[in-house]
Amino acid sequence: MYPRPGAGHVPVLRLGDILLVTLQGDLYDSTAQQLQQDLSETIVSAGVTGVVIDISGVEIVDSFLGRVLAEIAAQASLLAARTVVAGMRPAVAITLVELGLTLPGLRTALDTQAAMALLEQPVVLSHAGGTRRERA
Amino acid sequence: MSTASEIEACLPIRSDMDLVWVRQHVRQAAALLGFGLVDQTKLVTAASELARNTLVHGGGGQMDVAPVTAGFGRGLRLTFSDSGPGIADLDRALSDGYTSGDGLGMGLGGARRLVHEFEVESTEGAGTTVRVTSWVNRPPRVREEG
Ligand SMILES: Nc1ncnc2c1ncn2[C@@H]1O[C@H](COP(=O)(O)OP(=O)(O)O)[C@@H](O)[C@H]1O
Ligand SMILES: [Mg+2]
Repeated sequence: MYPRPGAGHVPVLRLGDILLVTLQGDLYDSTAQQLQQDLSETIVSAGVTGVVIDISGVEIVDSFLGRVLAEIAAQASLLAARTVVAGMRPAVAITLVELGLTLPGLRTALDTQAAMALLEQPVVLSHAGGTRRERA
Repeated sequence: MSTASEIEACLPIRSDMDLVWVRQHVRQAAALLGFGLVDQTKLVTAASELARNTLVHGGGGQMDVAPVTAGFGRGLRLTFSDSGPGIADLDRALSDGYTSGDGLGMGLGGARRLVHEFEVESTEGAGTTVRVTSWVNRPPRVREEG
């Protein structure tokens, strides 16, 4: 969607009511910011109810990209769409904790399939059976 | 054995494109020196935070990269320098959540947690230099902060 030589890009795919956003490679700050702006418009114009952001191809998440992800989720939520970040690499998760970014409010799943499954569940939160408990 | 010439570098930090080069160079240098994947990721993340500070708060500058050796092995030293406004209150700048701009305020303190050695030299009105070093296969340093 935003190709520029030498750096990452961000294909966005619509699957029914869900937008699948794939972050690939090393993104320019401006690319991440542009994505954040464009996604809000896409959520409204496409009428989607869920956004899955696949970061399995992302080698590092610093506080800038972390904030962009959190803000995308917050904006989507105001537009009645839920966001799940999928596929964070273990090394990235370990580093984020040490960096001090816990990103509360960001739902995560191990891969895009699990993220899709999460979004297909009813919005009402339940502590029963297979549903994951929300952290405070 | 890696050659120092592939690791040593001086990279400009003038745009968000330069941040990408900084991350890619640090990743390659750390891999050449034998850092494991998690340690590479920590170092690249720290470099990304510090380089963005050089760009955003320092008005641009550079990163110098050098391999280092000591009795206990090999390491990588990264020096970020700018001639921007400097940091008036370093303790405040290092505290989690403090930002003078619109960031998250986690970069400087977070970068310090991600490396073994961390030094800041800053003069108000004259600029800031942040020097960090991490060592291959060395456990994280003992935390002196709370
Ligand atoms: N190179 C620099 N030059 C001037 N001020 C800096 C520099 N690096 C950091 N600072 C100051 O320290 C604060 C905290 O930095 P950081 O933790 O990275 O948070 P953020 O970048 O999100 O504001 C910055 O808001 C800025 O005031
Ligand atoms: Mg910063």
